[in-house]
Amino acid sequence: MGKSPSALQRASLVLLLVPFVGLLWVPFYNSTTPNFVGIPFFYWYLLLWLPLSTALTAVVYFANRAK
Amino acid sequence: MVNWTALIIFSALFLVVTVIGFVAVRWRKGDLNNIQEWGLGGRSFGTLITWFLLGGDLYTAYTFIAVPSLVFAAGAIGFYAVPYTILVYPFIFVVMPRMWAVARKHNFVTAADFVEGRFQSKPLALAIAFTGILATMPYIALQLVGLQAVLTAMGLGQYGELPLVIAFAILAVYTFSSGLRAPALVAVVKDALVYITVLAIVIYVPIKLGGFGAIFSHIPAAKQTLATDPSKGNSMWAFGTLAFGSAFALFLYPHSLTSVFSSKSGRVIQRNAMLLPTYSVMLAFLALTGFMAAVALPKLGVANSIQAVPALINYAFPDWFKGIAFAAIGIGALVPAAVMSIAAANLFTRNIYKPFFRPNASDAEEANTAKITSLVVKIGALAVVLLIPVAQAINLQLLGGMWILQTVPTVIFALYTRWFNRWALLAGWAVAMVYGTITMLQPLFNPTAFGLPANGGKVLSTVPITLGSMKLNGYVGLNAVVLNIVIAAVLSLVLNLARVSNGTDVTQKADYIESEAPIPASEIAAPPALAEE
Repeated sequence: MGKSPSALQRASLVLLLVPFVGLLWVPFYNSTTPNFVGIPFFYWYLLLWLPLSTALTAVVYFANRAK
Repeated sequence: MVNWTALIIFSALFLVVTVIGFVAVRWRKGDLNNIQEWGLGGRSFGTLITWFLLGGDLYTAYTFIAVPSLVFAAGAIGFYAVPYTILVYPFIFVVMPRMWAVARKHNFVTAADFVEGRFQSKPLALAIAFTGILATMPYIALQLVGLQAVLTAMGLGQYGELPLVIAFAILAVYTFSSGLRAPALVAVVKDALVYITVLAIVIYVPIKLGGFGAIFSHIPAAKQTLATDPSKGNSMWAFGTLAFGSAFALFLYPHSLTSVFSSKSGRVIQRNAMLLPTYSVMLAFLALTGFMAAVALPKLGVANSIQAVPALINYAFPDWFKGIAFAAIGIGALVPAAVMSIAAANLFTRNIYKPFFRPNASDAEEANTAKITSLVVKIGALAVVLLIPVAQAINLQLLGGMWILQTVPTVIFALYTRWFNRWALLAGWAVAMVYGTITMLQPLFNPTAFGLPANGGKVLSTVPITLGSMKLNGYVGLNAVVLNIVIAAVLSLVLNLARVSNGTDVTQKADYIESEAPIPASEIAAPPALAEE
């Protein structure tokens, strides 16, 4: 949260919208296949978003590091 | 039959936690007769303690009992908790540092304080405070249901409600004496127990049941994904709206805001928003235990879905570990219940008691009132459990969520703009509260329908809305907040054109950005509501 965030810093905030698209577009992942180690797609897709979302937040966090 | 081994270990761990609660009074010595100290830990918590406090808000009986029991009963729809607990963090990351900064600058302790400062409107602040207290009640009740479930699983069900009352009394006493410092320290112990228990369950039980492939092969295909058949109502819309609505509700609960306000910087909040999805990983695995229970338990004859995880623990583990696991769930319910009741008490004292009944109350009287109110709130939640039969525990959380969502337009929009008129916000809130409450509590007047055990645990909290040819079965809370926003926007347009006053704003633009408003502790302005010597 610098005094005047640069254009790049502002742009990085868009990354925080990505999980909303990935998770709220439910028809995309509402299926059992492709299966992964016996876990239906629906479930491992949701689990996959945990690290993905953290990674996206981390990018924004470090991009907005105070100067 | 009482499982004595488990019960003794469970009791020993509870004793440890209670002792820590008492010791917490001496930790980071502060004057506990001051509400900022008792209720906010002196706004001094760093990343680590904030982590435990915020995580504690999320990691409750909701995670251990309500979500798995919904998955157990209804399948895929119960997984809405996963996107919910992912989406909540980007929201916190962006919004809550603003909230923290302005609260710090003006010594706001509650959301209603902020609303009062922003709009100079007593009725609107009262509406926000009232909603916060109301929404907290079913959420605390859910914690008690969780505690009840583990006590029942240890064979104490035969003694009626007595064990529940005793465990609750312990919590009440130590919260009463040490305020927010108690849950903060206890949360550390709680998390250790929770991590051990979750790891044991998600590693050991699937091995015992032959792996995830074997587990899912026993689950009917219809439960593995969301129903798409329009004649049965499209569950995908319900899934999405439950996740989205819940995500925006979580951090407006008074207790979540308490955790936000008690951290020492906006950066601490952002760091936690980045790290806290770790908790969601465990939530996701716990949700899967609902399926494990569905596979393992028919042999054991589990009558009540709330018992899914406790019964699974009974099925899979030796007695000594049952004690640890049940203590993890029990303490995991008590810690959030403590934070929730403190937060509700802060709200009542600052935004209802003081402005409306005792404008000249001293700091000591204020702190004392908060302590007594926190007890009253807990007793109220206890009454909810004892009086209202709920088969689906998750509905308690969704009921609270529906109410608290109605504060979004007033609290969150106001962090960014004063375009919305205070009277328009109040009108939107009122209509939405009435609509949501009637819609969700309708089945109360038809006891067989409440909790809906007969039709496979369908979530009561969604209702179909027909838009043209589409029939959208969505979360009542989200429907209500859309109604709320539309009313607030239309009326604001009218009132702004008519130049109706929107009150005096005590905040300035710079107050919302931490680095632009560095304030040494010595220079924090004491508001008239909380004058310090």
